[in-house]
Amino acid sequence: MTITLDSKVPSGDIADMWDNHRFNIRLVNPSNKRKYKIIVVGTGLAGASAAATLAELGYEVEAFTYHDTTRRAHSIAAQGGINAAKNYPNDGDSIHRLFYDTVKGGDYRSREANVYRLAQVSNEIIDQATAQGVPFARDYGGLLDNRSFGGAQVSRTFYARGQTGQQLLLGAYQALARQVGLGNVKLHVRSEMLEVVMKDGHAAGIVTRDLTNGTISSHSAHAVVLATGGYSNVYYLSTNAMACNVTAAWRAHRKGALMANPCYTQIHPTCIPASDEFQSKLTLMSESLRNDGRIWVSKTADDARAANDIPEAERDYYLERIYPSFGNLAPRDVSSRAAMRMIEQEKGVGPLHNGVYLDFAESINRLGKDTIEARYGNLFEMYERITDENPYQVPMRIYPAPHYTMGGLWVDYNLMTNLPGLYAIGEANFSDHGANRLGASALMQGLADGYFVLPYTIGDYLADYLNTEPVPTSDPVFTEVEQAVADRTRKFLATKGTRSVDWFHRELGKIMLSNCGMARSASGLEKALSEIPALKDEFEKDVRVLGESDDMNQALENAGRVADFFELAEVMCRDALDRKESAGGHFRVEHQTDEGEAQRDDVNYSHVSAWEWKGPGQAAVKHKEPLEFKYVKLAQRSYK
Amino acid sequence: MDVKLRVWRQGGAFGAGSFKEYSAAGISPEASFLEMLDIVNEELTAAGEEPIVFDHDCREGICGTCGLMINGQPHGPQQGTATCQLHMRKFSDGETIVIEPWRAAAFPVIKDLVVDRSAFDRIVEVGGFISVATGAAPDANLIPVPRDAAEASMDAAACIGCGACVAACPNSAGQLFTAAKHGHLSLLPQGQPERLQRAQAMVDVMEKFFGSCTNHAECETACPKGISIDYIAQLNKDYVKSQVANRNLAGQK
Ligand SMILES: Cc1cc2nc3c(=O)[nH]c(=O)nc-3n(C[C@H](O)[C@H](O)[C@H](O)COP(=O)(O)OP(=O)(O)OC[C@H]3O[C@@H](n4cnc5c(N)ncnc54)[C@H](O)[C@@H]3O)c2cc1C
Ligand code: FES
Repeated sequence: MTITLDSKVPSGDIADMWDNHRFNIRLVNPSNKRKYKIIVVGTGLAGASAAATLAELGYEVEAFTYHDTTRRAHSIAAQGGINAAKNYPNDGDSIHRLFYDTVKGGDYRSREANVYRLAQVSNEIIDQATAQGVPFARDYGGLLDNRSFGGAQVSRTFYARGQTGQQLLLGAYQALARQVGLGNVKLHVRSEMLEVVMKDGHAAGIVTRDLTNGTISSHSAHAVVLATGGYSNVYYLSTNAMACNVTAAWRAHRKGALMANPCYTQIHPTCIPASDEFQSKLTLMSESLRNDGRIWVSKTADDARAANDIPEAERDYYLERIYPSFGNLAPRDVSSRAAMRMIEQEKGVGPLHNGVYLDFAESINRLGKDTIEARYGNLFEMYERITDENPYQVPMRIYPAPHYTMGGLWVDYNLMTNLPGLYAIGEANFSDHGANRLGASALMQGLADGYFVLPYTIGDYLADYLNTEPVPTSDPVFTEVEQAVADRTRKFLATKGTRSVDWFHRELGKIMLSNCGMARSASGLEKALSEIPALKDEFEKDVRVLGESDDMNQALENAGRVADFFELAEVMCRDALDRKESAGGHFRVEHQTDEGEAQRDDVNYSHVSAWEWKGPGQAAVKHKEPLEFKYVKLAQRSYK
Repeated sequence: MDVKLRVWRQGGAFGAGSFKEYSAAGISPEASFLEMLDIVNEELTAAGEEPIVFDHDCREGICGTCGLMINGQPHGPQQGTATCQLHMRKFSDGETIVIEPWRAAAFPVIKDLVVDRSAFDRIVEVGGFISVATGAAPDANLIPVPRDAAEASMDAAACIGCGACVAACPNSAGQLFTAAKHGHLSLLPQGQPERLQRAQAMVDVMEKFFGSCTNHAECETACPKGISIDYIAQLNKDYVKSQVANRNLAGQK
């Protein structure tokens, strides 16, 4: 297969591109839309908003999720909020500023045109969600309230208590439920997509497994949309929901879709540190806490004293010290690495020495306990529930944890992968955040893709297929893939080894976290690249999956997901090794400034690295999409 | 700490269902309840017995996927807490813990501790929304919403759809879930045009699946989000009104 990476970025001034593009691309006439069938895999924010909108437009939609209902998805856990360029607080925000902040925050590794469009449609998202009944926070006059969020100097974040993701997802879920009720969307819940099916170089449909009874079946359509989320769970411990996985994207990758910038992952600075070996996931404490909490460690290494016994003069408020202008609000990657360095210097706090303090004592003194409680009461309660410590009295302990993946399937301006007819939206694609995502921008991007971009751009592809039928599922392309899926499932059950799937997942996570986590080095990455295939080999020989294939079997579901994580892990390390610069969440220890900050190499690495699958055990091959910056001037990020 | 478990196993090799006993030894009181089950499952796998199947995802009390009957209480002994947020320190060493799935005719068991709660979606599909197609929305600040109304709406919208209310109810009624959705939308100006229609459509479908509410209020106690039964009173009021108003609309005074 020859691969051409055409970003399809429209010509003209950036402010007019999206308008011009919508005018220039082909439309499907309203009465013809019902003649097209579209499969949407995933019903998180991106998938639910896309499925609902496509159905409203008149397309025939089939939606799939491995969850038991579309009201659930990882999106539901987002706490902090969603950005938009409304400028309601009149503090100087604008589409251009949101665009600029996002490109800069992404450390100049994203496509300008996509980011500009994101900023443009951001305002419509807030309008849409409000009309759907999303109960955003309001001021006493009844108008929408905003707050500021890490990395921004304006207040542009809309929120619904600490449950913004939940409320936005319920809005999209309800819009989708309405279409299901009207008969415009056919829903498949507890149904996991295990393969993309291609015919003559075009996406023809998918093969799924019914998680309640193991039935493997084919579904065909004119186009397939993947809205299947990110891959932070490659690290085993992350803030992601337990079931988040890369399988859908990975299976598409194995069919030829390119995986872009897989090494760009984000570590979130404020999570509750792990408490023991069996910890199953890490809980995020909203970043908004950094507005009033001060981060510190003891100036002395291995200090065994309790936090409150360490006198003020012996504390190191290291973010305030190193970054006087942003202080405790320094961007995620910057403050995560600073915490990592403290732990490396043996200054970690808590029973396992794996955290730093986030202290509210000063704010409580200044503002009163009631104000702090009104702002963060629910978060404090959550913290106490998990740790059994009262953060009004002792400082919280926090530590960075894998949280978000900027990398993902390569897509063009239309959000189509390099495989015609296969689209990727939401966290599953790589499109808008470059090497680092700003807080409250993932919800914005997922909903921008789903409500306002994909439903229009998809018409340009579909227009060619008017009055054609989708490939019938009796076609050999489907039956062959069904067979391959069934064989793979049987193989996991037949291995009858000695170790559980989770054991392998945890081991993989350890390799990834130490070598391809917050700081990466050539030697560490090379080590990982030799350890991962060895562990994968062992997995193939020694994994133990009990039970049957024609029954609900969670270990079997996991086996397939972990097997795909192994392959993904390799390309992540390969990408990280290849990118001999530091940018955003990708920090190569060999490439840092004298002050220990990320050092980009714009001459050699101002491009998207899009990797092509070459087969099991073969090294992936890199393709480049050069990045051009016409509207934002490249600069070394500084948060001092 | 060491605990004994009596766990409901059903489906697959276990057929129609029965309790099985397991022991969980050397569990850290810092472990969450579900992490304790993970450990038991690792041991079962090592011993060659199929692990216990239970639903979970976010493990931070927001997605509503988890839901176990623990010692006869939905989500266990700690109020305002979903199963996944419960920690072993809430149990005592040597205790026997009985773990069952939600029991309700509307929630058939799929396997072991996993039930099918899709009846909830059927209720939402007929009216649990505001009909506004993408792109049709006016500016978000065009309609101010009194802060108290937005807050009360949010209180109801906090429902995670876990089904504890149904599991707690002696009649397996779906009132608290339905009322929460109705309350969320009907307290906002945006939700007014469809308000009575929404009440009627959702209640009619609810009654097809669930038992009748006779005001036991067990649901409010069991709800991990503390949703108030006041919303049920509002739903009932709107439902009665809907009978009248819709008949008026249909010219059948
Ligand atoms: C704790 C936490 C807090 C966050 N807070 C914020 C915040 O405040 N602001 C912000 O902007 N962002 C936040 N984020 C990030 C944001 O929540 C996510 O990036 C975003 O919600 C992803 O949405 P999505 O629709 O792309 O994917 P998801 O919500 O992950 O949805 C994926 C969907 O795909 C389905 N799926 C996946 N694979 C398959 C398959 N093989 N077959 C069938 N179905 C499949 C799943 O069932 C699900 O429906 C947060 C993330 C975390 C972890
Ligand atoms: S697992 Fe999400 S609420 Fe318990």
